[in-house]
Amino acid sequence: MAEPEIRLHQEKRKRGETETMEINMGPQHPSTHGVFRAVVELDGETVVKVVPHLGYLHRGIEKIAENRTYHQVIPLTDRLDYMAGASNNLGYCLTVEKLLGIEVPPRGQYIRVILTELSRISSHLFWAGANAHDLGAMTPFFFMVREREQILFFLEMITGSRLTPSFFRVGGMSMDLPPEFRDECMKFIKNFPPRVDEYETLLTENKIWKSRTQGVGYLSAEDCIKLGISGPMARAAGIDWDLRKNQPYSSYDKFDFKTVVYHGCDAYDRYRVRMMEMRQSNEIIRQALESLPEGDHSVTMKGTLKPPAGEVYMAIEAPRGELGFYIVSDGTAQPFRMKVRAPTFVNLQSLPKMCEGKLFSDMVAALSSVDLVLAEVDR
Amino acid sequence: MPESNMDLVASVILILVKIGVFFALFMLILAYVTLLERRLLGFFQERYGPNRVGWQGLLQPVADGIKMFMKEDVTVSEANKAVYILAPIVFVAAALMTFSVIPFGDVIWPATMEIGGRVYNFTLANANRGVIADVNVAILIVFAISSIGIYGLIMAGWGSNNKYALLGGVRAAAVMISYELAAGLALVGIIMTTGSMSLMDIVKFQGGCWFGVIPKWFCFTQPLAFVIFLIAVFAETGRTPFDFTECENELVAGYQMEYSSMKFALFYLAEYGHMIAASALTVTFFLGGWQGPFVDVPGLNYFLPVIYFCVKTFMLVFFFIWVRATYPRFRYDLLMKLGWKVLLPATLVNILISPFTMKLFGYL
Amino acid sequence: MTDVTKLKNAFPDAVLNVEEYRGDVTVTLKRDGLLQACTFLRDDPDYSFRFLADVTAVDYKDKTPRFVMVYHLLSHKHNRRLRLKVPLEGENPEIETMTGVWPTADWHERETYDLLGVKFLNHPDLRRILLPYHWDCFPLRKDYPLEGKDEL
Repeated sequence: MAEPEIRLHQEKRKRGETETMEINMGPQHPSTHGVFRAVVELDGETVVKVVPHLGYLHRGIEKIAENRTYHQVIPLTDRLDYMAGASNNLGYCLTVEKLLGIEVPPRGQYIRVILTELSRISSHLFWAGANAHDLGAMTPFFFMVREREQILFFLEMITGSRLTPSFFRVGGMSMDLPPEFRDECMKFIKNFPPRVDEYETLLTENKIWKSRTQGVGYLSAEDCIKLGISGPMARAAGIDWDLRKNQPYSSYDKFDFKTVVYHGCDAYDRYRVRMMEMRQSNEIIRQALESLPEGDHSVTMKGTLKPPAGEVYMAIEAPRGELGFYIVSDGTAQPFRMKVRAPTFVNLQSLPKMCEGKLFSDMVAALSSVDLVLAEVDR
Repeated sequence: MPESNMDLVASVILILVKIGVFFALFMLILAYVTLLERRLLGFFQERYGPNRVGWQGLLQPVADGIKMFMKEDVTVSEANKAVYILAPIVFVAAALMTFSVIPFGDVIWPATMEIGGRVYNFTLANANRGVIADVNVAILIVFAISSIGIYGLIMAGWGSNNKYALLGGVRAAAVMISYELAAGLALVGIIMTTGSMSLMDIVKFQGGCWFGVIPKWFCFTQPLAFVIFLIAVFAETGRTPFDFTECENELVAGYQMEYSSMKFALFYLAEYGHMIAASALTVTFFLGGWQGPFVDVPGLNYFLPVIYFCVKTFMLVFFFIWVRATYPRFRYDLLMKLGWKVLLPATLVNILISPFTMKLFGYL
Repeated sequence: MTDVTKLKNAFPDAVLNVEEYRGDVTVTLKRDGLLQACTFLRDDPDYSFRFLADVTAVDYKDKTPRFVMVYHLLSHKHNRRLRLKVPLEGENPEIETMTGVWPTADWHERETYDLLGVKFLNHPDLRRILLPYHWDCFPLRKDYPLEGKDEL
């Protein structure tokens, strides 16, 4: 609806000539990607107010972590953002390593990068497919899941698990890469860019796709910073910020890749950022595989892990934004307090801002462009 | 019974048989179009689709039917019962009734036939022609019926007493108003050219070829109208990219949200019925209906036109499915904008240029 | 490394302590005057911590003060991080909301309220966020029982 029409409606509503309708979107709704619930007040099809309700998947992971040893927390972390389990593992392990003041051997760091970037591609693929499906395009989803399946196959080959690797350890990796992985993965990354081209032929220049996403879910750079938005959403608003580049960790500074930045501030550019990021991640994996150093994949740790008392915050660039872990240690074998700064929890906060005054259909597009993983939002 | 009425009785019996056979075949085809769509989508999307029940999944529609019958038939307690129950019936009836005026063949039965020593005449009320009712206002009937079909959606949306369903119903009404008009006006050029609203006449008009190769179909003489009409029927049948009325990702299932069991199945089938009807109409108006090579050859003329008609219709059904596999969903208000601001003026332009094209092609 | 002398000079009373551990700079601030200090940190061009990454609290059960609010700030401009800590007195602590300085604090503070029971004054919409609205205790407190018969 055009602006004047909306205003007309608002005036009518004030005079009591029209009524708004409240609908309950979720917790079971096809486009909430989990158990997110929003109470949406609609005036016709225009969204007047959005009140999100969270917590349907709250498992108290932070509380559980306080009663587990440092290594036992690792399997909890990849149940946060299950679309990119390796990223959570990495974030947690780096935080504990920062607390301990140890550094992982180069080979371990490279393997970490490979796993994290693979899961980033897999997460972006699934997002792009689900996003397309939210906007009514079925086919891209199946095309993207096809490549994601290959990545999950790699993850299974390395870690033995498809979604929740729990393969990282404090101080390195659980095991070295299997010998056949290198060739198989090289084959995949050689074939991957043409596949991305294929997805883009379906969507990027499609008129309907553009009309559904351009200008939808608008969030300026200013608002992004105010609302604490990070990751692809912020980069689509022109914020040149990627923790892999700006605060490099796990030897990301050794790889040659670009921070993908677009300036549209809308769902379309969030889509483009993620598509380009997949290509960049592919590049990173190629470089990591080509220059994979020899040596140990892990430092040798003896006895129970008891970090010194202290507190650290460490953030990494997860597929959805800044994934931070804040760990307070009291010198015992269990973290005294662990706080997860979940990127989608913060990004989701922008939903009312993006949707109010827009159409209900746009709300679905905007919600989808956040890239929700409710397990991470609710923890 | 007077001797002269016997021909009428024979014709009526033939018409009833036509209706019966047509209905039975149509329901069968309908069930298998659902399978066709699922298999084709599977093909487009690099997966299998249903291929487990029977050879290549050919028994899948039967299995689905049995499953639908076994499901509990839930009626929402707060629903407006009469409207709620009537809605699927109206929707299905409309899908079927459209076919009453669509010509699916030329002559499908001999004009006269000797049965039991008496020569019966089957030409009364065009009983021997490949159309159930050859009416001279067929176009108007088609539009009237398709409007009634939309009533089914609105009733379902209203009667279910569900907000999502209501939104779906309202969307259906809005889309119908915008697109009925464009579709109707797009056909004015054809009516001007043929001078008739009977679909049989329109199909007959499209016989023959230019230079012996290019068929005289209206899609060549009225290309603008063809495109507009195609977009309009996509919108009216509620197929992707215009499937706002059910719109899984926004309205969950739209108007059919509260329906279960066979009521749901009726909606499901009727949707495919509307799709086939829309394809058949497009074929009739723009792609020469049952016309094709050798339709006049004696002996072949009984069944060849029917085959041509079916093949063309299924090509369009295939096109519908193909589009579904390719495009994202449009937005509801953008569609309305497209309808009123682009398609409607375009149809008016088409009406303006129609006399010139008629002159150009020698119809005037 | 974030240099906090300017902050110290601007708010000599509010800054209680500055420490550095593993490269993380922590500034402990007094509860009173926190809002001014935060606004200063956000707006001052030498800091411009315009991005509030995280808000949480820690329950040091047996110590006094029992609760400590923790804010993690990030400056895109200077590529620096800073941790603010604010000790809170009492069993049912209260603190001024940060939503006026950083709107992102909204949900963070709701979460902190939800899980640790820190009350934020002047918060626009202080409801529980992760737990059911009828929940009546704060599970991330150290005295919350790990086993029990409570069911939803």
